[in-house]
Amino acid sequence: MTAWLNTIAQGVLVGGLYAMFAAGLSLIFGVMKLVNIAHGDLIVLAAYVALMVTDALGLNPILSLIVVVPVMATVGYLLQRGLLNRALGEDILPPLLVTFGLSVILQNGLLQLFSADSRRLQAGGLDVASVKLAEGLSLGVLPLLQFALAVLVIAGLHWLFYHTRLGRAFRAVSDDPRVAQLMGLDNRHVFGLAMALSLAIVAVAGVFLAVRTNFDPATGPARLIFGFEAVIIGGLSSLWGTLVGGILLGVVQAIGAEIDPGWQVLAGHVAFLAVLAIRPQGLLGGARR
Amino acid sequence: MPEPPLLGVAALDAHYGDFQALFGVSLTLSRGEVAAVIGANGAGKSTLLNAIAGLIRSRHDAILFEGEPIGDLPANRIVGRGIALVPEGRRLFPSLNVEENLLIGGQIGRPGRWNLGRIYELFPVLAERRRQASTSLSGGQQQMVAIGRALMSNPALLLCDEISLGLAPIIVRDIYATLRQIVGAGTAAVVVEQDIGQALAIADRVYCLQEGRVALEGRAGEVTRADISAAYFGV
Amino acid sequence: MSGGVTRATRASNIGLVLALACLVALAFAPFWAGRDGMRLLIDAYLYLVLASLWNLLAGYAGLVSVGQQAFVGLGGYVLFGLAALAGVPPLLCIPIAGIAAAIIAIPVAAITFRLRGAYFAIGSWVMAEVFRLVASQISALGGGSGISLPAGIVTAMAASRHGREILVYWVALGLMVAILGGIVALLRSRHGLALTALRDNEMAARSNGIDVRRTKLVVFILVAAGTAMAGALIFLQRLRISPDAGFSVNDWTAFVIFITVIGGIGRFEGPFVGVVVFFVLRETLADLGSLYLMILGAIAILVMLKAPRGLFGFIAERTDTQLLPLQRRVRGV
Repeated sequence: MTAWLNTIAQGVLVGGLYAMFAAGLSLIFGVMKLVNIAHGDLIVLAAYVALMVTDALGLNPILSLIVVVPVMATVGYLLQRGLLNRALGEDILPPLLVTFGLSVILQNGLLQLFSADSRRLQAGGLDVASVKLAEGLSLGVLPLLQFALAVLVIAGLHWLFYHTRLGRAFRAVSDDPRVAQLMGLDNRHVFGLAMALSLAIVAVAGVFLAVRTNFDPATGPARLIFGFEAVIIGGLSSLWGTLVGGILLGVVQAIGAEIDPGWQVLAGHVAFLAVLAIRPQGLLGGARR
Repeated sequence: MPEPPLLGVAALDAHYGDFQALFGVSLTLSRGEVAAVIGANGAGKSTLLNAIAGLIRSRHDAILFEGEPIGDLPANRIVGRGIALVPEGRRLFPSLNVEENLLIGGQIGRPGRWNLGRIYELFPVLAERRRQASTSLSGGQQQMVAIGRALMSNPALLLCDEISLGLAPIIVRDIYATLRQIVGAGTAAVVVEQDIGQALAIADRVYCLQEGRVALEGRAGEVTRADISAAYFGV
Repeated sequence: MSGGVTRATRASNIGLVLALACLVALAFAPFWAGRDGMRLLIDAYLYLVLASLWNLLAGYAGLVSVGQQAFVGLGGYVLFGLAALAGVPPLLCIPIAGIAAAIIAIPVAAITFRLRGAYFAIGSWVMAEVFRLVASQISALGGGSGISLPAGIVTAMAASRHGREILVYWVALGLMVAILGGIVALLRSRHGLALTALRDNEMAARSNGIDVRRTKLVVFILVAAGTAMAGALIFLQRLRISPDAGFSVNDWTAFVIFITVIGGIGRFEGPFVGVVVFFVLRETLADLGSLYLMILGAIAILVMLKAPRGLFGFIAERTDTQLLPLQRRVRGV
């Protein structure tokens, strides 16, 4: 019994990571209807940036966030202004294919720079520390920290979207980009800020990914898929839905892995397909939009 | 040196792809004046307003505002110069509530007499509904939000695109009464209408468009209904 | 001269004659191309088939899938399963793979069609991942490490290696002609008109009474069948399949998308141009390894942004040519 409790608890905590993957993806789709196929590869890019920063500065990976987050946010803004804004329009094909091409470029660029070897960040003792909740049930400090941060990120995004000028601008541009210009909003700049924010979240997710698991240049697409599954399971237009979707995905994967290690990812896919078949609007997806 | 007119449109052409919607349209407006632009459906009235507001780019010097060419500026920079458009069909932001719709109108921070408090004085019913979704309001109330949203940018020139569309006559009367208050306080306006009566009553000058060209122009008191019918229908 | 609608132009008639002449020359390739040449041609045929099918799916029906590797791998596994486990002759397995894929495509569409536009793309990718993971769970087919075609089956096809290669070559050529011919026939049929309308404007097509969902479903099923047959042949040539090779997103989707986009999406001729460009680049730059893939990705992005109708579209818009009589045009009265 406690073994299962343990499995579920681990799954919930991993779900926080998936929720962060999902939140960045969902934010971009919400603001500019862009599905960023390179999202997973950008997460892996953030992991490599963290690797370089920790190597160069000798920082603890968690502290490296101070550098990685602004670096990735800048990458996001420049990427949007320099490339992605040009692909946006009525037709869904250009943004899709441009981000797909970007994904291939990122994967192979990382391969070129860092080889195909698996890497991992050491968090100096933090990665083995744990809190014992009951007999047979103990949770790692790092996963707990990561989950808390995920909740914080999503709460922060929610606050930003509904209580700040920038959030108001995001919603206005999403509703009606043409009329938004009449309010003095420069859509290209607003989109740039949205992508910067998305990649700031990606940076946090990437650092935790790097500390918790091995990564290599080819691991991006799977992160994209997990984030995407969390978005759909949780419900397209709901920020808190991404957290619910991430947690559910994490738990289902953990249970699948407990039954047979080969079923971990497959179980998540099956859960995703089941949600799609039975409740395509997602668990928290309501009537809005 | 005489002060330049507030707005000077000179030989403006406008295109949608291959389709030309305006042919050499010219229009002049002084500070505090109201121009009515009338014409049949498809005559190019909305296109003219969209071009002035910057939603359609045109030639650099086709549009002068306060003596400066703004024809090739994007819409988001024109609003900062002091031109605000109340778009056809109101086009409120559905995921913003009433107050947020107003606030976003003022977010460029242009100084002037209009602020949230003044808008609520002008339209008290909006103050009661400030937290409601803009989509839950009646058509007339939505039009008030759209006008208020444009005023929040403290424009020197207000462009109104068919603000009577789809509204009951009594509501239209109220809206126009309010508009009279607004222009009375010194704001110039270009009013596009199919409802000629309302437009003529408020306007100093009248422009009648027909198939993208100015078919008639004159002082509101001087043009007759017969002139307008002739220009309107091209007979 | 009376007015009317015609598809043929002078250039397209010349194109047709040239295409036939090429075909005859290609049929005799085993006698002039040499072994490496033949292998290259087989590769080109199969990529042309995959790209033309993806073009039909994404360029015409608007179903931008990044999960077509599901059907490439499925075709390969059907062939290996039937041939290695049930003793069915490998060549017979190819059409069976097509039928199996068509049947499986129905439930796949039922689920993935619930996702719109760009989300459909990722949904189709998830589906392909499900196929890959399921394949790696089937221990009879080698699980995660894959399976080779037993030597007995290989020699039963043709005694010598050379004979087998010629056989595979002709089958590949035949499959290409059949599938491209099928696409031409489809585009020239009543359904083709619906598809072209769909490509140009989905909303307008819908309001003109075209059953958009049904049209998309039919295209999805047909493309799945064609893709699986190509997949079966690809792995018959390789004699070995594994989940990672069969369901590779790079080999069966990234390259195919790049070929189509670079050549010209939404035009039948596009993939032809794309395949030529792709193989020229591959033969000259493949030594660069991952750098080559970066260049390919960058070219695809550049084409998408600067010439969204691809190289063929770019040329055709300026010269008003079409290589095959496919486009309907109004003849002067």
